Amino acid sequence: MTSRRDFLKTAALGAVAAAGTAQIARAGTLLHGSSSDTGDPMANEIALAAIQAAKDSGASYSDARVGRYRRQFIAARERQVTGVSDSESFGIGVRALVNGAWGFAATRDVSREGAIRVAKEAVQVARAARGATRTPVVLAPTPAVTGSWRTPVQQDPIDIPIEDKVALLLATNEAALKIPGVRFANSGLALLREEKTLATTDGTLITQTFVRVGPSFTVTAIGDGDFQSYTEEMAPRGSGWEYITSLDMPGNAPRWAALAAEKLTARSVDVGRYDLILDPTNLWLTIHESVGHPTELDRARGYEANYAGTSFVAPPEKMIGKLKYGSRLMNIQADRIQKDSLSRCGWDDEGVAAESWLLIKDGVFHDYQTVRDQAPAISALNGVKHSHGCSFADSWDSVQFQRMPNVSLLPGEADTTIDDIVADTDRGIVIKNRGSWSIDQQRYNFQFSGQVFYEVKKGKITGMLKDVAYQARTPDFWNSMDMIGGKRSYWLGGTFSDGKGEPGQSSSVSHGCVPARFRQVNIINTARSV
Amino acid sequence: MADTLMTREAMQTLAKRILAMSTADEARVNITSGGTGNTRFAAGEITTSGDTEDTVIAITSTVDGRRASSTTNLTDDASLKRAVDMAERLAKLSPRDPELVPELGPQQYRAVDADNADVSNLSAAARATAVERLIAAARAPGGAMPIDPATLFVAGFLEASSDARGVATSKGLFAYHASTSVSLSCTARTPDGTGSGYASAGGRAWTAVDPAGLGRRAAQKALASRNPVAIEPGRYTVILEPRAVADFIPGLMGSLNARSADEGRSAFSKKGGGTKIGEKIADERVTLLSDPFDPDLLGQPFDSDGLPLKRVVWIENGVLKNLAYSRFWAQKKGVEATGGGGGGFGRNPAGLKMTGGTKSVDELIAGTNRGVLVTHFFYIRSLDQRTVMLTGLTRDGTFLIENGKITRSVKNFRWNDSPLLSLARLADVGKAEPIEAGLVMPALKINDFTFSSLSDAV
Repeated sequence: MTSRRDFLKTAALGAVAAAGTAQIARAGTLLHGSSSDTGDPMANEIALAAIQAAKDSGASYSDARVGRYRRQFIAARERQVTGVSDSESFGIGVRALVNGAWGFAATRDVSREGAIRVAKEAVQVARAARGATRTPVVLAPTPAVTGSWRTPVQQDPIDIPIEDKVALLLATNEAALKIPGVRFANSGLALLREEKTLATTDGTLITQTFVRVGPSFTVTAIGDGDFQSYTEEMAPRGSGWEYITSLDMPGNAPRWAALAAEKLTARSVDVGRYDLILDPTNLWLTIHESVGHPTELDRARGYEANYAGTSFVAPPEKMIGKLKYGSRLMNIQADRIQKDSLSRCGWDDEGVAAESWLLIKDGVFHDYQTVRDQAPAISALNGVKHSHGCSFADSWDSVQFQRMPNVSLLPGEADTTIDDIVADTDRGIVIKNRGSWSIDQQRYNFQFSGQVFYEVKKGKITGMLKDVAYQARTPDFWNSMDMIGGKRSYWLGGTFSDGKGEPGQSSSVSHGCVPARFRQVNIINTARSV
Repeated sequence: MADTLMTREAMQTLAKRILAMSTADEARVNITSGGTGNTRFAAGEITTSGDTEDTVIAITSTVDGRRASSTTNLTDDASLKRAVDMAERLAKLSPRDPELVPELGPQQYRAVDADNADVSNLSAAARATAVERLIAAARAPGGAMPIDPATLFVAGFLEASSDARGVATSKGLFAYHASTSVSLSCTARTPDGTGSGYASAGGRAWTAVDPAGLGRRAAQKALASRNPVAIEPGRYTVILEPRAVADFIPGLMGSLNARSADEGRSAFSKKGGGTKIGEKIADERVTLLSDPFDPDLLGQPFDSDGLPLKRVVWIENGVLKNLAYSRFWAQKKGVEATGGGGGGFGRNPAGLKMTGGTKSVDELIAGTNRGVLVTHFFYIRSLDQRTVMLTGLTRDGTFLIENGKITRSVKNFRWNDSPLLSLARLADVGKAEPIEAGLVMPALKINDFTFSSLSDAV
């Protein structure tokens, strides 16, 4: 058995043996032990040395992030474990602003010397960029802060014995394989702990520890010349091991597996327009793609034009307070404070305190997601002088930039449930869980699928459908929303891997929502014959 | 960028140091060491630029038929020992793996020279100069321009990487490969927001990239694509430029997994059992292969197990010749392992090449009565694994072809189609071109490509 004490012992072993390289030994403590309110003294010292070196080399502003990332992955298929891995990555990244141009450099050499070397390199890179930078960067003001923050968890998932994790997955697969027709079962756990220390020349010095867990489960049933899979939507969360156990994967696996088998005999959908009833397990991703991304200010200003794309919510002066994004029922909140959410933090990667604000109010576009070097561009329009705190880098060797906070559809006032919506619908389709998803580079045209689909006739579910995808234009879709669930039906979905930027970075983000109905949405059939 | 790339000798010494710490029955060490320099630009100016370096070590330990791995980027003895201990402890805690294949002993590798000093030495200043040249070329006046090109919004990304990769096992295997790669892409947009053009290039050497040429091409596309008109979605003859083909065809690679096919859950499963190897699945002009020694690919000559990679022809003259066999599945089926795992969504360490014909894109256009020319695709996702059905969108330059000529810019489309089914509907094939390091694709002309709806996005 491995206990928390064993893990601490391993860490201590590393710490003692690494006495020659004090910075690593101390950082070992940083990883495995708990942070004090003032963070890890060695990480603090190295980060402070870096920003001082950048300043001495001519930077008007600099920030340094010392990051340690611990990730554990366990995967199982049927009755065997296909992978057990544990990784750690440690390093420092320094950003420097010189004559209004950014430079960044990073190294895994987390020593005082290494930090000073990359700080100087960041300044050099900024100077090289100066020739092709015509508009000097201006940073929104933010108060200097010191302190620490940690994801509140009952049980740190990394510390749970590996046998318990393996046993959970194998029991889940075993339970699924008992269902007739089900031949394959895959389950997995992704468990993360990230520790970051940030120092800025504005006087900020903070340490944060993030814990995230992501379970997964997919089954495949084989029929006569056909196969159908079902993936359960188990949202990843900014939570501890207690969240994983609360899902009761082995107990629920037979029910999930039966859905894959049932899909083999489901009727292929007839194309046409239907009233769409989206369960929160499906709607969260539609919110992510059609509301989360277009309301990023860097996209709206063209900064992602070469890759992730721009936004139809542009230019800002024609959008803020003017664009009718959706129906009056549509209130979309951005936040980095929601309990158990993936984007929750004390401060962002520029030291800006986490907050909550509205992106869409009563169906009208209200505000964007911002970081310090973008917020000043719209402060005259939205009256907000500070950054909303959306800066994030996925690693110590990635430069921080604007990333999505939690973006959620707020519940309606009435205590409506998905059953009430079904009962109120004459001809429709209920969609659960995420299937395929794709949206254009300005976030207009989207096509989403799901895992299970139910036909609704005269207020009742009449059977299962398959091969369903819905296609719509973002503003048309949200303006067609005429019924939403109440507080009781709110559910928090999310993803571990939202991609953006060049070089590509991945971030974790949650989306809370309630079930909702959208009128007369175009449904296509995705099946073809070979 | 990293000041110096880890040499073969240094990597072998590091690997030996780690293996000496192992108490497992078998151990494998995978090392990746290198650096990347990148420069990002938008609105005609550099927005971010950075240099990073890292060394990542993965230790895979096998104890009593159980296997697990641990990864670290700390190379002091204490940290390495901690990582070795972690892998062994995780292995001991894992159940026995019935599919375990023993680690490999010494292998013979043919060297691939894929390391170019002009990429590994590309400084932040040299990157900035290249970006300035690209932007200047995109915004240079020339010919009868409908709008002032100086007003174009130009964005893009330049990245130069230099990596050394190695594999070592406790059974005496050691493999080492150094490579560089560079890529430059740009998007030009007209100030009225109705036109957008894209161009990109890449390879192992800096000579693969012509910044001014890319700037000009993106600008021309942006200007030509202004004010697109909507045409009815439906089935069209399409000409996919090589970049669009590179977005689309590699979508097949994930399905070329032998095990999935044998298990009856792939487009290459035969009804009643077995695979479609030997069957004609595409037009006879289609040949798709991976080959680390192909001078156009210069891929890695071994996979993560250290297995030497060879030339593997997946589809030859339209016939399915091979599927990807892992060492376990190959042993079970009594065939030779292809290595490189299942391939994933289009990536194989040995590279991927679709052979082409002799025609330029202009010649393909000239031979088309009515069709749509596609610059590249966006947001491709799987819809149905049974047919490799995918969905995605056209982007940054979509044009109508009438009577052998481009006649107008058209609105972007969402499409739902399959690279597998498309290769059976091939109308013509262009000359194969390098797209990026390890990827070569021709332009393709495909009949009855399904555009399912219009997109308002520019």
